This record gives sequence, structure tokens and C-alpha cells, in this order.
Amino acid sequence: MDVSIAALLTQDGLTNGAIYCLIALALVLVFAVTRVIFVPQGEFVAFTVLTLAAFEQKQLPGTVWLSLALGVAAASADIVAHRREPGRMLRAIAGSAVPCLLSALLVWGVFATGAGWAFQVIATVVAVMAMGPAVYRVAFQPIATAPVLTLLIVSVAVHFVLTGLGLLFFGAEGARISPFTTVSFTFGSINVSGQSLLVYAFTAGLVIAMAVFFKVTLFGKALRATAANRTGARLVGVSPNFAGRLCFTLAAAIGAASGLLIGPITTVYYDSGFLVGLKGFVGAIVGGLASYPIAAAGAIFVGLVEAFSSFWASAYKEVIVFTLILPVLLWRSFNTTHHEEE
Amino acid sequence: MSEVLLEVSDLHVAYGQVEAVRGVSLAVPSGKIATVIGPNGAGKTTLLSAVMGLLPASGRVRFAGENITGRDTEALVRMGMSLVPEKRELFADMTVLENLELGGFSRRRAGESRAALSNTMEEVFALFPRLKERLPQLAGTLSGGERQMLAVGRALIGKPRLLLLDEPSLGLAPLITRDILATISRLRATGLSVLLVEQNARAALQTADYGYVLETGELSLEGPADDLLHDERVIATYLGKR
Repeated sequence: MDVSIAALLTQDGLTNGAIYCLIALALVLVFAVTRVIFVPQGEFVAFTVLTLAAFEQKQLPGTVWLSLALGVAAASADIVAHRREPGRMLRAIAGSAVPCLLSALLVWGVFATGAGWAFQVIATVVAVMAMGPAVYRVAFQPIATAPVLTLLIVSVAVHFVLTGLGLLFFGAEGARISPFTTVSFTFGSINVSGQSLLVYAFTAGLVIAMAVFFKVTLFGKALRATAANRTGARLVGVSPNFAGRLCFTLAAAIGAASGLLIGPITTVYYDSGFLVGLKGFVGAIVGGLASYPIAAAGAIFVGLVEAFSSFWASAYKEVIVFTLILPVLLWRSFNTTHHEEE
Repeated sequence: MSEVLLEVSDLHVAYGQVEAVRGVSLAVPSGKIATVIGPNGAGKTTLLSAVMGLLPASGRVRFAGENITGRDTEALVRMGMSLVPEKRELFADMTVLENLELGGFSRRRAGESRAALSNTMEEVFALFPRLKERLPQLAGTLSGGERQMLAVGRALIGKPRLLLLDEPSLGLAPLITRDILATISRLRATGLSVLLVEQNARAALQTADYGYVLETGELSLEGPADDLLHDERVIATYLGKR
């Protein structure tokens, strides 16, 4: 291996690592606030790519039907739960189902009017974001106080359901979206693509935006408060359902952003999200599902290991990446005090 | 006779098969302090948690004339009730300032301005000047007394009409307890109503207007706090000789 190959692999590793980093941050956020290990995080990534790809191919994105299905499911859950309190029912539906139903309309509208690329991107991001609170409402809100293991089992089930819906609404064909830029830069013998630089910049921007959100805004502080002390948060008026919906919305938004970044680099299928999400999960585990900076660093390390192992032992690439989790878990088992679950 | 702000009727709370609170009825008039005293394990904390919607209960709870039985804690906070729990439930990894800001979460969501919140925060600093000196400090690093001040301060930022206080003296030095109870007495003058649950019967009855004695989940005695302070049964069981 010479310097130029090492530089190329590093660039590749950092690019993928940056995307895993976003997914890891979303996983840490969701776990900290709701205790859900959100296995389907990768599905948001895949749905984003498949939606934008459908727009580019002049086809009606399956997202319209997916969003409708999720919206109807969320509305049904609220109608059943609040059937005796119409006012509360309407407020609940407005928070979980209405965004999904409106986003379906938006995607259809953008397709029908043939609106330009920027509108397609906005509609895609809005639609995927709106799926977050709907998924929380249907799958996790009714069991919000259940043990972590129950939440994990439901999370796996949600992954299978969303993958199935993905196959139904998007089909089995893979898709790739156009790169945001085709510019490339040469530094000596090293060629750096503009797309990679865009990934780094976008990831760094999003990480900074998240840091500001949690440090400065009232809602960010409310999420931190819920993660730190659920009862304390309720006592100041932060509803666990509100916190859950908000963090799932953020997770879906991060998933959509990751999809926009990964779409031009890799061909994405309806079930590609799982593997991408799992690599983000390895990063999140490095951070103990609690520390944002360590999870981010861990995810970038996963990207680098993946890139270099694909050069030295491409057949074992995934094995090497997922084996990373073993020494981390071993180390954590020696260094973490065990707490009984409340 | 003041208007009754909180009215609890025939409240029952059970942990599985074990009934921890049995048929408790009590009232807190507007602008008054009512106290519930009783031994460890009498069900005092369970009673407050159930009133605040943290535990499921049967019976009826009315606040400001409205039936609030079974309402979510968050909804009760929005209506003007605030609980300072025995364990304080602060956000240990967040600063004192952030804890106080979160105390105003419901008000901010209801559209109140940051300036209105700042004014209330200044009122809290007037009651607990120590908090102002500790603003950038993490709540988890405060002393026991400062934590209690922060817990009460955080509750007051929400501008409650009714403050439910669970064992404010727990783990605190007598002087700090006296300061905190004196502050609560002063708050009564601003129109705040308080339901105080306290093991330190003497301090509680000296602070309150009306008292209830809770034993093994049931009310055994009630009356004006002054009367209870001189009641032989209360003296024998809870106050002892001076």
C-alpha cells in the first residue's frame, strides 16, 4: 500500500464514518431519551434515497403510500387511546398522524407538479422526518415504560415491518441518487472528491447544530432533562410522549440527512438500511449509548476500519467491522458499574 | 373561610395487593398551608405522588373546582400544581441555571416570554440568594441544602398555585430546615397554597394552618395546626417533651 492508496482509503473511511457518525448520534439520542435501541434507524436512510431516486426517475415515490399507511396507523392508535376525550384525541392526532398525512400530500404534490430538485429534496426530508413521530406513536408510546428488552424486541419487529413496507412500496430494485457535486480537488498526488468534502462539512454542521440545539434551546434542554431524570422532567411539565415524539422526529431527520449523503455514494435497496444502521450502532456502542462525542469518534473509526479491511481482506470486511464490538463490550464490562433497571 | 383549592376525597392507592393509602380525604384552602404528618411508611409520599398523577389511584381529586382524577402529571403542572419530591429529582448533569429554566418549561410552552421567566427567577433568587451564586454549577455537585433550595426554586419558577412539598427537611441540618420552612411561610403571604408532608411534626405544625395525621395509610386525626400542637395524642406520639 502506498500513500495515495492509503489516502484514498482514508477518504473513503472518513466519508462512510461521517455517515455512521450521524446514525450513531441518532441512536444515542433515541436511547438516552426513550431507552429504545432503535434498530430501524437505517430504514429512514434507505427511504430517503429511494424517495429521491424515484423523483429523479420521474416516478411517484412509494413514500406517498408509506406515509399514508403510517399516518393512518398513528391516527387509529390515537383514536382508540383517547376515544372518550375528543379534544385530547385531536391534539394527539395533530402531533403524530397529521404530519405524516400532510407529507404524503406534499410528496404527491411535488411529483404531480414536476417541481424542481430543491423541492424534491425538501419533500423527501419532510416526509421521512414525519415518519419518526408516527413510528413512535404506533410502536413505542404504548409501551414507553416497558423494560429495555421489551423495547428492543419491538424495535426489531418495527425494523421487519418497515423493511416489508419498503419492499411493498419501493420494490426490490436498488437506486442511487445524483451526486450533489462532481467537483474534485487535487492535493499533490491525492484526489479528494467534492462529494466527500460535502459529507464532512454537512456532518460537521449537523453535529454543531445538534450541540447548539441541546445546549441552547428549551426543547433541547427538555430532551436532556428527560434523558437525565424522567420523573424530574414530568414534574416540570415535560411529557414523556412529547419527548419521545421530538427525539424520534430528530432521529428521522438525521436519517434523512444521512440518506442524502450516502445516496450518491452507494446503491441503496429497500433493506440496505439495516447494515448501515448496524455500523452506526457499533459506533454508538463504543460510546456506551450515552456519550455523543465518543459515539461519534467510534463511528468514524468504524468507517476507517471498514475502508482498510475492504482493501486487505474485502471478503471479511463486515466480519472485521462487527468484531470490533467484542473488545469494546469486554472493556466496558470491566469498567461499568451494573445498575438494576428501575 | 377560604375557597378550597385542592380537595381529595376517599383516595385509595395500592401497590399490587397492598393498599398503601386507604380512603384519605383532605383539603387545602387557597393561600393556606396544610400539612400531613405521620411516621415512616405511613403512606405520606404515596399520597402526594398519587395526587400529582405519578401513581394510579382511585377516589376523587379536585383542583380549583375541576376534577383532575387520573390526569397526567404534565397536565397538572400546566394547571398550576407543582411537586417538590422527597428525592428532589433534579437534573444532576445540568447546571443550576438550566434546572431553573426547565422549571418554566410549561410557561414557555404556553407562550410566556423569556422576560416573564427572568422576573420569576429574580423572585426566586430573592428567596434563595445562594442559588444565584451557584448558577453555572452542576446540580449534582450542590450540597443537600442547596439541592433542596434548587428543587423548591425550580418548582416556584413555574408559578404554581399549589405547591406540594414532600419531606423538605429530609437529610438537612436543622438551621437549613428552619430557613426553608420560613421561606414557605413567607410564600403563603403571596397567595401560594401548600400541602406539606413532613416527618418533623413540630416544624410542620408550626408552619402550617391545618394538619392531618396519617397512620398506616389512614387519617387518624385532623384539625387546626395549633390545636394539634397541643393535642395529647400528637404530643405523645410525634412531639415528645419539649
